[in-house]
Amino acid sequence: MSKRQRQSYKGVVAAAPVTIPYERFSIHGAHWWIGRALRALSEQARLKPADIDGFSVSSFTVGPDTAIGLTQHFGLSPRFLDHVPLGGASGVVGLRRAARAVQAGDADMVACVAADANHVDSFRRTLSTFSRFAQDAVYPYGSGGPNASFALITRDYMTRFGATREDFGRVCVAQRDNALCFPHALMKKTLTLDEYMNARAISDPIHLFDCVMPCAGAEAFLVCTEERARDLGLPFVRILSTIERHNAFMDDPIQYRGGWVVDLDDLYGLAAVKPADVDLVQTYDDYPVISLMQIEDLGFCQKGEAAAFVRDRDLTFRGDFPHNTSGGQLSVGQAGAAGGYLGLVEAMRQLCGIAGDNQVKDANIALVSGFGMINYDRGLASAAALLARAS
Amino acid sequence: MTEPLVRPKRKDPLKRTRLPLSPPGARSRTALGLVAAAAQGRFMLQVCRACAKTIYPPRDACPGCFAPAPAFCDVPDRGKLLAVTTIRTSTDAYYRERMPWRVGTVQMDCGPSIVAHVHGDLAEGDRVTMSLKLDRSGQAAAFALPVKETPAMADDKQLREMTCDPKFRRALVTDGRTAVGQSCAKALSEAGCTIVFVGVSDPWKPFPGEDSLRKIPNVEIVPLDLTNSESVNDLAADIGGRVDIIVNTSEHVRAGGIMARKGLVVAREEMDIRYFGLMRLAQAFGPALRFRGADGVNSATAIVNFLFVHALANWPEFGAYSATEAACLSASHSLRAELKPGGVKFINIFHGPLETDWFQELPPPKVAPAQLVKSAVDALKRGLEDVFVGDIAQDIRDRFLANPKALEREL
Repeated sequence: MSKRQRQSYKGVVAAAPVTIPYERFSIHGAHWWIGRALRALSEQARLKPADIDGFSVSSFTVGPDTAIGLTQHFGLSPRFLDHVPLGGASGVVGLRRAARAVQAGDADMVACVAADANHVDSFRRTLSTFSRFAQDAVYPYGSGGPNASFALITRDYMTRFGATREDFGRVCVAQRDNALCFPHALMKKTLTLDEYMNARAISDPIHLFDCVMPCAGAEAFLVCTEERARDLGLPFVRILSTIERHNAFMDDPIQYRGGWVVDLDDLYGLAAVKPADVDLVQTYDDYPVISLMQIEDLGFCQKGEAAAFVRDRDLTFRGDFPHNTSGGQLSVGQAGAAGGYLGLVEAMRQLCGIAGDNQVKDANIALVSGFGMINYDRGLASAAALLARAS
Repeated sequence: MTEPLVRPKRKDPLKRTRLPLSPPGARSRTALGLVAAAAQGRFMLQVCRACAKTIYPPRDACPGCFAPAPAFCDVPDRGKLLAVTTIRTSTDAYYRERMPWRVGTVQMDCGPSIVAHVHGDLAEGDRVTMSLKLDRSGQAAAFALPVKETPAMADDKQLREMTCDPKFRRALVTDGRTAVGQSCAKALSEAGCTIVFVGVSDPWKPFPGEDSLRKIPNVEIVPLDLTNSESVNDLAADIGGRVDIIVNTSEHVRAGGIMARKGLVVAREEMDIRYFGLMRLAQAFGPALRFRGADGVNSATAIVNFLFVHALANWPEFGAYSATEAACLSASHSLRAELKPGGVKFINIFHGPLETDWFQELPPPKVAPAQLVKSAVDALKRGLEDVFVGDIAQDIRDRFLANPKALEREL
């Protein structure tokens, strides 16, 4: 079967990046957080509910509702409606679907929202009912949650490629540096490599600072035509290209690469840029090993060389490889599915020049990558987008 | 190297008994296919009939060709341990009090990768033998074991959670007058039980084998008559809190179909000894067993019941006896469910005719009491739930599983 050429996203933009500041625990439900995000979008774009004719939502804790129930909850009457339950890949996937809808004329103004609640004990409940394979074949094995699953992936990566805990630590420490300049980050204290190395073991080789902190929060943006965004005076970014791929390399006995590899040529080809042209990178960082994997699989270095790559570079927003510039989930917190939006929304702020204290200089092209859904032993969803500053 | 288990100290009666918790027990119906394998100590995974792909975790269609409902088959149990982690924090209450806990990813020679419990003597890169164990929620769990027996291998903390090893536990054998009962006392003593209580009704009446029974180390004769509720309750009041394993060796084998007998006298005796005896035992000892399911390394762990294999399908030559045994089999399913909150197993040891007086007229093959008992102790050590001992029991099982109606006619 011959593969057809991917179409460009010309004329479609992502606009109005919104972050609702996270809280470690919150008594509010997911609907409350989604509502706050919608309100922030509508204030920024001066939109009434009736002006939003497309709605894409990602949330683990919105049950028993799905996107359709939310239309009535929030007074929306969209002609494009999407529920993207893809965890860490939700942002990019939500963006690309919304962009195609706008491009095809199926919608004019799509509100993309990811939000999750975090009550005391909601994390445990999410783990035990995460997926059928998790219920049948993972959770009953020590109930270590994603910490244990990623520990196995990390162990194998270390054995296979000779990466060390220090290598992972460099990623975490740089992100903490970034977070200190990002007002919404839940982590407010500096982190040294010594503190990282001496932290308490959670599930060897995963230690405390390899783990994200579950929290409540929301992220959102709008997708519309460039013309519309200009009319509304919104900050916006161009979409150069996007990819998504699920359950790639299913015969690998343990995960050491993700689906990005399959579609990488399309990602850079459609955008007509090279990895060297990218000014900042937002990887999905629920554990640092996954960030290293993405740095390799997205073409910044060869497979197995990411440890050496991060050793040689400054990963802070001031450095030569600005990475997870707001601090990522490791330092900002993981608000459920909003974690899958965090990097995308931050990249939008960077390209719009409204990032604030952690602004990357001359940020023209950003790569955002998503990864998610440890269904059994590996993350199934992968996605990436190349975005560009509006000239 | 596994740290050999140290004989537990006498329990301080003023200390609180740790209550039993269960590991997560929810499973899809398809995944329950693994339980049947685990119960018998077999290693089975789904294998697609159409494309021969071996599948794990259990699925409702083959991921190689979409063929529906792949069946569970015996598959090669060797693999390589790719990665291990020691979990130190858990969101689950059962695991939380058992931290740290080792799990790992095993690449099976037959294809799939399995996330499994990992024995303490294994290291990354090792070859492993994968087994399916029944965990404390009664569900099947993949457990990676060393290929070769290692010193004190059975004492591994995680493995012992899933087995009913007699070592340092205290057992009650319900009838010491029978050949099976005497053989059981010896085998349990040899397997490391610190006390083997052996029930004898009217102990002042001598019986064959009494001298050698009394000479077995750690054996303590106790008065027990399973047909007498008071006797069972008295013994439970006396030793109920100190019994970790019960092996019911009561017997009452009588040949003949239902019409071959006049009246109900024999049938009543059968029911009284076998079925009501089991009920009396369960009512008197069961609650304490269930309560003590997590009471240290010598926690209460199992009831073993010997069952005539024709409990599955009636053999008219022993028609009334088969019916009694069927009642016991059905009761065992209820007791399994009732004991589950304590993580206590109910083990059925199915057998055909035994090499004992009451099966005298039958031709071989017959099962020797020692062989039967060996299987029972093995079941305890491996944590099995359904064991079929000898050629006849296995033959009846296979024919029953293939076609119960055909078996009815054949018998």
